[in-house]
Amino acid sequence: MHINALDSYRPGRSRVHRLDPRVKLPLTLLFILSVALMPDRSWVAFGLSQGLLLLVTFLSGVGAGLVQRRSAVALPFTLAALTVIFATPGHPLWTLPGGLLTVTDAGLWRFLSIVIRSYLSVQAAVLLAATTPFPDLLWAARALRVPRTLVAVSGFLYRYLFVLADEAQRLLRAREARSAAPGGRGGGSVVWRARVTGAMAGSLFIRSYERSERIYAAMLARGYDGEVRLLKYQPLGEEASLGEG
Amino acid sequence: MLKTEVLPASPQMHIPDGFLSLSVAVVCWIVAIAGIGLALWRSRKVLGERQVPLMGVLAAFIFAAQMLNFTVAGGTSGHFLGGALAAILLGPWAATLTLTTVVAIQALLFQDGGLVVMGANITNMAVIAPLVAYGVYRGVRLLAGERRWGSLVGGFLAAWISVVLASTACAVELGFSGTSPIGIALPAMAGVHALIGIGEGLITLGALALVTAVRPDLVEAEQVKARIGGLRWAWVGLGLALVLTLLSPLASPHPDGLERVAENLGFIEAAQSAPYEVIPDYVFPGISNEALATITAGVAGTLIVFAVAVGIAALYRRRETARP
Amino acid sequence: MMEPCVEVRDVRFTYPDGREALRGINLHLAPGEKVALVGPNGAGKSTLILLLAGLLKGQGSIRIFGEELTEKNVRRLRARLGVVFQDPDDQLFSPTVFDDVAFGPLYAGLPEAEVRERVAWALDQVGLAGFEKRLSHHLSLGEKKRAAIATVLAMQPEVLVLDEPAAGLDPRARRRLIAVLRDLPQAMLLATHDLWLVEELLPRTVLLNGGTVVADGPTAAILTNKRLLETHGL
Repeated sequence: MHINALDSYRPGRSRVHRLDPRVKLPLTLLFILSVALMPDRSWVAFGLSQGLLLLVTFLSGVGAGLVQRRSAVALPFTLAALTVIFATPGHPLWTLPGGLLTVTDAGLWRFLSIVIRSYLSVQAAVLLAATTPFPDLLWAARALRVPRTLVAVSGFLYRYLFVLADEAQRLLRAREARSAAPGGRGGGSVVWRARVTGAMAGSLFIRSYERSERIYAAMLARGYDGEVRLLKYQPLGEEASLGEG
Repeated sequence: MLKTEVLPASPQMHIPDGFLSLSVAVVCWIVAIAGIGLALWRSRKVLGERQVPLMGVLAAFIFAAQMLNFTVAGGTSGHFLGGALAAILLGPWAATLTLTTVVAIQALLFQDGGLVVMGANITNMAVIAPLVAYGVYRGVRLLAGERRWGSLVGGFLAAWISVVLASTACAVELGFSGTSPIGIALPAMAGVHALIGIGEGLITLGALALVTAVRPDLVEAEQVKARIGGLRWAWVGLGLALVLTLLSPLASPHPDGLERVAENLGFIEAAQSAPYEVIPDYVFPGISNEALATITAGVAGTLIVFAVAVGIAALYRRRETARP
Repeated sequence: MMEPCVEVRDVRFTYPDGREALRGINLHLAPGEKVALVGPNGAGKSTLILLLAGLLKGQGSIRIFGEELTEKNVRRLRARLGVVFQDPDDQLFSPTVFDDVAFGPLYAGLPEAEVRERVAWALDQVGLAGFEKRLSHHLSLGEKKRAAIATVLAMQPEVLVLDEPAAGLDPRARRRLIAVLRDLPQAMLLATHDLWLVEELLPRTVLLNGGTVVADGPTAAILTNKRLLETHGL
């Protein structure tokens, strides 16, 4: 089932998997923070950090390929930083035709540093998500004093994400089935297509709202009184499995 | 085209780690936490017991709705952010909480947006977007009175403005961090999102139209509840529209535009001098110091006006509910 | 005669849009008794269940263990009359199975150790021992249905009301579910379309149609009365 594509957790029994999530989450944050503090061109620090990440990847057993693939998500945003190549004063390397923009060496190093820092950070986040089941992450968040309401709402988000993603897929498929043009180049203007998409969103909203009313009824029937109550938690660690879907 | 690899949300607005300076990230966290705190307090009053399951499922809805793409041209597709729709259907505070969890899950599970810079993403997409959208929506409804077009036009404008302003904030954050010169980032971001915002506006409009037709109680109920706040939100909305107009010259990279804006906002500068000291004054290569100072004034002024307006709205509402 | 645990007298309910769902229902349930609630769609089965759960308020009298159901005692009575709704995805709303099954006892104010005990016990009752750490959205439909029952069992109610517990299950899952239900000592009111389920499990049947009770008696008698069944859309 495609549903598992949305689940970042890759079950395992490694030391990384079993590490207390209340330690893993702050550690990851600290790592990203320290990377952010590294000045431009601290190649040694960058290299050591990457080494550390590779070590953790190896220990966790989730596979370097997986980590690299998921980390590529951050790359498109690097375009936003591209302009820094021209804007940083330094030794001019090359002037673009037209004479307006000059690439400087400092600019290049700065751009590279930004990209590297970003890539290091995203790998850390990927490792965290891959080795920690989501309910454990919620628990770690709670330990970091995230308000209960937010934690509870996040729990619902996670629980119903798959249910609603399924419904969204069904709506998309229905639209596909009704679009005459092969190869995805639908007819009608962009405006029309946007409104159809809007109608799909609207119907998904209504279904979600009505579901939330039924859930609320089920909660009331089991004694819900509006207060969010959370038990002292036991981590899922390596025992949570994907199971047969 | 069915998506087998799920890529939630629009790639342009979720800032990854490494792109913001720590000082900017910290400031954004402060704004985010303040926004969340306010939202927790207000949403509890309005929704009461129901808030957790409702917000939770609707957070999942926003997430799923962001999977509903539509082809714009060739290979590109428009994506849906949902800030305005959430605010109109849930009210601004519940929307903030809902969108916060969406941003957090996107960052934690899909690395769409960084962890340390999450404060900025929350500020842009979960605080600025829904609050702005709600204000604009109420403003338009006020102008339209009972007429049907009020809800639809309001929805469209609210969505469009929220997307543009959120992306503007994003550009400002990048600019202050030294990642992207603000003279380029701002027009680029705002320009691109002015286009994307049209898609957002149309989807929001379509969704609102459907919900109004099938379950009008879901839209109206929100209106009735919020009537206690009444005119205040409308004023906030109109005020924001005004501010946006004043700020539009900022989008142009010409120094002229910056000076004009600085003049227009001169009265704000005079009234509130203190906050500028808080903003770090660092040398930004490529743009002169003077211009930076004026941008600082303009942007900080906007945010302050906005914050004050929201604060007044909250105070008024508290006074209203306190009356017997 | 033992005091009925559930007594419904002349209950009427009309929805806000004007639809008259129940037009005077009379029903009683003795402790330990297992009763089927059958009828075509729109007969009012689900509405009656919502009223019993205290989620809707109609006219007439609903007494649970001799107490008239009111806003004041509804929370307390919900611990004694548990409702399992039709869609397990509505009933299993927490990330893990443990969280869901623990919900009821937790909100009943039980101490932590006892909550954990109840969870283990309830899961064992439905044949899902050891499922605590499973993620709800990964369960199969049969497992979800049983987990949903466990969420209610954990509160140790004396009456169980179930809405279509076997809907959508494959034969093997269905058999497992029937085995679970058969072994439960609680009084049971089970709304269903599945007449074979009724035959296998429930000695008494109440036939509902158009918001009124059309027949109420031994299952064998009602199910063999073909004319009766046909007239009422079964």
